[in-house]
Amino acid sequence: MRVLSVTDATLASTMNVSLAEPARRLAALRGAAEPRSLDARALAALAANPGCRRRALLDAAGVDKGAVAGRIGNPAPFGRSPFAIARGTVFEARLKADGCAALLAPLRRHLGLPPHDDDRLATPDLLPGAGPAVRAARTAEALAEAVKASLADPRSWTLLDHPMLRLTVAGAPAFLEPDAVVVHGGRCTVVEIKSFPVLDGSADPAKVGAAARQAAVYVLALQQAAGVDGGAGPYADSAAPGAPELTVLLVCPQDFGQRPTAAALDIRRELATTRRQLARMARIEELLEALPPGTSFDLAPDDAGQPTRPVEELAQAVDSVPAAYGPECLSACELGFHCRAQARDAGALTRLGRGVRADFGELRTVDEALGAAYATGEAAEETTERLRRAARLRAEALTEAAR
Amino acid sequence: MSLLSTLARLEAVRSGRAEPLATVRHRHLSERPMVLVPLATAAEDGAPLAVLLGTDREAPRLHLVPQPLNRELRTEFLAAFADDLLPYLESFAEAVELIEGSEKDPVTGEKTPVTRELCADAPQLLVPNAGAVRHLALIGRATRFRRTAADPDPGPHPAPARVPLLGRWLTHLTERAQVPGSSMLLPMTGLLARHWATGQSLLEDQHLAAQLAWHHPPAGLTGAQAAELAETARDEQGQLLHPPAGPATDPRFDEKLLAPAIARFDAALTARRGGPGTGAPGTVEACVEQLRALLLGVLLPTWSDVWSGLELLRALPPAAHLPERWEGDRWSYTGHRDRLAAGEPPQPRLDDAVTAARKLAQREREQARLDVQEALDDPLAMAERRLAGEAFAAEVVEVVLDHDTSGRTPRPRPLLVLRTADRPHAEVGREVHRIGAPSAQKGRIAAVEAEQGLVTVRLLSGMGRRRDPEPGTLPEPGERVLFALFELTPRQSAPLPEPDDTPWTHGGPPSAVRNSTAVAEEWA
Repeated sequence: MRVLSVTDATLASTMNVSLAEPARRLAALRGAAEPRSLDARALAALAANPGCRRRALLDAAGVDKGAVAGRIGNPAPFGRSPFAIARGTVFEARLKADGCAALLAPLRRHLGLPPHDDDRLATPDLLPGAGPAVRAARTAEALAEAVKASLADPRSWTLLDHPMLRLTVAGAPAFLEPDAVVVHGGRCTVVEIKSFPVLDGSADPAKVGAAARQAAVYVLALQQAAGVDGGAGPYADSAAPGAPELTVLLVCPQDFGQRPTAAALDIRRELATTRRQLARMARIEELLEALPPGTSFDLAPDDAGQPTRPVEELAQAVDSVPAAYGPECLSACELGFHCRAQARDAGALTRLGRGVRADFGELRTVDEALGAAYATGEAAEETTERLRRAARLRAEALTEAAR
Repeated sequence: MSLLSTLARLEAVRSGRAEPLATVRHRHLSERPMVLVPLATAAEDGAPLAVLLGTDREAPRLHLVPQPLNRELRTEFLAAFADDLLPYLESFAEAVELIEGSEKDPVTGEKTPVTRELCADAPQLLVPNAGAVRHLALIGRATRFRRTAADPDPGPHPAPARVPLLGRWLTHLTERAQVPGSSMLLPMTGLLARHWATGQSLLEDQHLAAQLAWHHPPAGLTGAQAAELAETARDEQGQLLHPPAGPATDPRFDEKLLAPAIARFDAALTARRGGPGTGAPGTVEACVEQLRALLLGVLLPTWSDVWSGLELLRALPPAAHLPERWEGDRWSYTGHRDRLAAGEPPQPRLDDAVTAARKLAQREREQARLDVQEALDDPLAMAERRLAGEAFAAEVVEVVLDHDTSGRTPRPRPLLVLRTADRPHAEVGREVHRIGAPSAQKGRIAAVEAEQGLVTVRLLSGMGRRRDPEPGTLPEPGERVLFALFELTPRQSAPLPEPDDTPWTHGGPPSAVRNSTAVAEEWA
């Protein structure tokens, strides 16, 4: 067994004992590299494709999927433009300037608090320099204090700046860092800062959707922390003390400027989806069981940082875990191009989109589908029969046009 | 995706090439379209970086913002863009035809003849993809309220005179692009995807070069391989050989080439402002030239892609209903020309209730019209309707003459016994419309024997005024006929009130304040 690194040791020591064994095995899969933290963005992407065992396992093990993809010859095509990064940083810096003055104004408006009540606002120190486990413990403590204080005095409130939340996903812990959480009246609200603008009261639905899915992961973590039972259904808001509100605050620049505006975002639907998908996610233990012995995603870099593990061995390791590819993966997962190449080689129908499967019933590959469409004789099944009718109509129309 | 288009995609997978999804061209193509490839920066939503445009494939013109965050440089860019694009848009305003019509007096109900002008042609903008349309809409929104020096209250940063006009045109064109079947502003990816299926998903089709790769894969490569090359192939510096059609640039281009070039420009500008002699003369110009060369390199592949797409589309025969739909675009162009001439204010930030309802009703109406017209023009589009059970092709087995004798004079009500291999949603009593009849012909389903594929239709109209049907109005036994279960001319929707009569349930009449221009917008 590989010797645990320091981070792993602290990680393992904060987890309960039964989790230690899978955590050790996951660390071994990754090798000596620094673990990639399973952040809310990754969890939201995972929740969008819960059937993908490859992604679930590699993410849980903290493997750098981008490096693996590059090594096996299908590098991920995405990166972030320095302009986009600068823009996000500038906006957040503007919000955080002068003791968060620009951020507090829209928050106060939303919570119905009077301006300039700084004496009633607490901003506890959350030990931003510490390791994730320590920060998570500190956040839990601060959160409990804030809830107690806000229950004692309804006018007092707390802003937790970059708290650290812990969420157990498929048996493995994930540490999540929302931009901010405010506590007021015994309840907490997730605040998500985004640098896309709200133009004339509306924003790009795709970006808002992504923000909502990400915020839903934070709300889920806060619910877990507050001991809220999700079994009552996601739409039932158990107004327990400390439980998170089911609307989150999205803080974005307004129109074409840099002035912030806050909008409440109802995330109950995303929360329900995330909860269901994460629960459905194959247990990591089972995935580990299914692995052939000796599997490793360790790139085993030499002293110069060059990976030494043979490409075929790495590709074999990746392919030993089944994936659930769909075209959406191309923009959401570093391994998307690799899985697409595999899906193409296998002739899978899902390469054309997940929705396609609905029309083809039992048929799974392009050859099967075309074979069924152009076969002669009686069609036994309804799907095949409809497919054959479609093929006949298409051929008829093309001949008619050619005349 | 419908089953038929999925089937076409499967065929494309097998053949390794794009397969037809249409047998005719369903969108109007202008003789002299303006191709426009915009680029945006990731620095700010809708912040323009460059635009390559022109009506001549051999002579594209480039405008760029050397520092996208610099407001003055952006304004200069917008002014140059306006001066380049507006003459093209305005060149269609002069030639008009006069349309005779009549107008009903709202009080007396009397009809008075009026003559209206209709522009003989309209502009057409072709952009690479849907993202480019959204980007143009953002530029339109950002510029149409700008104040110029001519305004009574120009504010601290008056814009050049033509910039707000550019914004109003871009807003009009991007709004019109939402109307189904309109052709004034078209994304090339959408155009190609309407007419051909590739062996990849709709998502991957958004990359213009990848979609085109399925049309002309290099020798020895399948469409899928060629598309993957277009998506991922990079040169030795790690730059994409075929940059995305935008509007955003490749992050690696931003990082390795664009950001350093912009930084050099900034440094040169600072040096120049530092006083005479501090910067080498001509450095700023040299930096701009470098940026021009960089951006041209990123834009030119997409530029020629749009033109190759255009060539493919021009090879298709035009659909029969195109002139009718293009006339709608010409009316839209004429209407906007008239509103500008009348000095009306720019389009509001948000539509009032009545305008919004009108726009929705128009889009629904146009969608219905487009669906019907495409089906009538194109057997492949009709095949979709037949597969859905909304139309059926049949062979006439028997024609039984019959009459309706309930009135004073007997009228022809013949029965057609039809044999079809289709599966129409035919219930007895349902109205059907014959396609390809000499004049509009309606019928009603009288009997259905699904097992034998027999449908009996009683014809109700389109046979002349006499006792017996006019010759040629009835199909002969053995003839192939086509019936639709949908109406061939969509119905008019109920009229909407005037904006001033908006009911209180919808916020009441729009107030003048809400319609006015944004008072103080930040231009950070």
